Amino acid sequence: VALSDEDIREILRIIDESALTELQIDTEGFSLHVRKGGGDAEASGRPRVREASQRDAVRHPPVGAEGSASPPAPGAHSDGLATITAPMLGTFYRAEAPGKPPFVEVGAGVEPDTIVCIIEVMKMMNSVTAGVSGTIAEVVPENAELVEYGQVLFRVEPA
Amino acid sequence: VNRIKRVFVANRGEIALRIVTACQELGLETVVGTSEADRDGLAARRADRAVCIGPAPAGESYLRDDLVVQAALGTECDAIHPGYGFLSESPKLAARAEENGLIFIGPPPEVIELSGDKLRARDEAARAGVPILPGKEIAPGDDARQAADEIGYPVLVKAAGGGGGRGIKLAKDGDELDSLLSLARSEAGAAFGDERLYLERFVANARHLEVQIAADEHGAVVHLGERDCSVQRRYQKVIEEAPAPNLDPGTRNALTAEAVAFATAIVYRNLGTVEFVLDADTAEYFFLEINCRIQVEHPVTEAVTGRDLVKLQIHIADGHPLGFSQNDVTFDGHAIECRLNAEDVARGFMPSPGTLSLFSVPDLRQLRVDTHLCAGATIPPYYDSLMAKLVAHAEGREATIDVLLEALEELDVEGVETNRALLISVLAHEDFRRGAVSTVWLERAIV
Repeated sequence: VALSDEDIREILRIIDESALTELQIDTEGFSLHVRKGGGDAEASGRPRVREASQRDAVRHPPVGAEGSASPPAPGAHSDGLATITAPMLGTFYRAEAPGKPPFVEVGAGVEPDTIVCIIEVMKMMNSVTAGVSGTIAEVVPENAELVEYGQVLFRVEPA
Repeated sequence: VNRIKRVFVANRGEIALRIVTACQELGLETVVGTSEADRDGLAARRADRAVCIGPAPAGESYLRDDLVVQAALGTECDAIHPGYGFLSESPKLAARAEENGLIFIGPPPEVIELSGDKLRARDEAARAGVPILPGKEIAPGDDARQAADEIGYPVLVKAAGGGGGRGIKLAKDGDELDSLLSLARSEAGAAFGDERLYLERFVANARHLEVQIAADEHGAVVHLGERDCSVQRRYQKVIEEAPAPNLDPGTRNALTAEAVAFATAIVYRNLGTVEFVLDADTAEYFFLEINCRIQVEHPVTEAVTGRDLVKLQIHIADGHPLGFSQNDVTFDGHAIECRLNAEDVARGFMPSPGTLSLFSVPDLRQLRVDTHLCAGATIPPYYDSLMAKLVAHAEGREATIDVLLEALEELDVEGVETNRALLISVLAHEDFRRGAVSTVWLERAIV
């Protein structure tokens, strides 16, 4: 995957906004290592115990491009799109029942109280409303996938 | 055949990291369920995957058995390890896991339920022939004074749904008993969802001793020795050690045999701890309660037995026989653990959350450190204040104390207040160095 300058700037922005001090991404043919603050974490006194060795620092980049450290609230981002995030962990369903049409498709207009999906927790079906006005620009998770608390479900072009 | 291949860790802090490490050493995959406050924590980073199960307050994340099971299913785990605290002694989580085809790493729900009901556990212990303290349930309208007169003052008022040092009050006479009963009842109802109370004799010069047991699904029950956890503040353990100092072999053998007998009688499964109070004046011992989780202080037992208790929990939960007998359990040296907490001792032990600008534990040969923290890490205000467990293991008790003292003296920590100075003054105190202290010693001699 080729990264543009834009992508790099986006990564740096996420790290800047998060509580992370260091980030390491290793994929095929690409390696990125970023450390915030300029200080040498080793010298500044990490415990010399197995559980906290430098080597293990931040293998996982933040989940989702929106930056997982920020609270899950609908809001505008640098690309001008608002997001609808998961109010709870559970299984993401785009429709009321199998075979039924999805609540919303890309291009659909939504109001704050429009139901956009269902999140199931232990057979309890929880309707999720948009919380914003606009047009659905992207549906992020696959149907029937586990979504985390705060995960981005939809991107919305604000009205 | 191993059924467990991927473990869902339903906890946080040092114990979540401890479980992740044990799983990795067993070749198992791990998924950590974190709250929003812990998603960048070391356990989440070290695991194969982390999922955010809810917001920071534990009631909306770590205490939600429905979210835990949903997350474990959604990440295709086959087992749940609950750690300690939170849902570790929730029969609801164990039952829900079972109903959904997941292995709960702990005892079956009915055993957890019995362990959680301190009154029923007392009855079961008595039935198994284990000595219990004189005591009696006090239902609303019962004559508490008459019951207390028979037991003698001061008397402890305990919540049947409590345990682990919670829901306990001391009444020094009948008037005090009358005045605190109704408050104790409403507090018990609010905290444990169970208003039942009972009175129990208070042992003035008491030591807290507990026996680690392990029981497989094929009927084998062994003990892994005892721990002394008498250094306590407000019924919460501060320093724990194994073996118990100055314990005569006859009492030790009796305690461990009683623990095994009790576990056998209630068809216990997996790891557990049988707690006793030892009257230091009379050398009598009495059953207190059984805890059906991995204990915070398990590393001292690991040190002296050379056995990994978290791996043993997983091994048993996977249906395997223990693989060793009582005769194979041997003990080597002395181990002491102290709990380094982020708290302000001078201000009534107030929790002291914050960001660690500096945190470095010395690398000593005879020291084990279980921690999820490093410099730059934040201790959130939502959970307990445990920062690290420092565990020393050496040949004799004196040498072990010296290792811990060296570790605490050399520890670098800045950014939060800690109880380091308190731990040092306990370890250096001649009463403690001489051997056994009582459960009220810390508050009388130090605090």
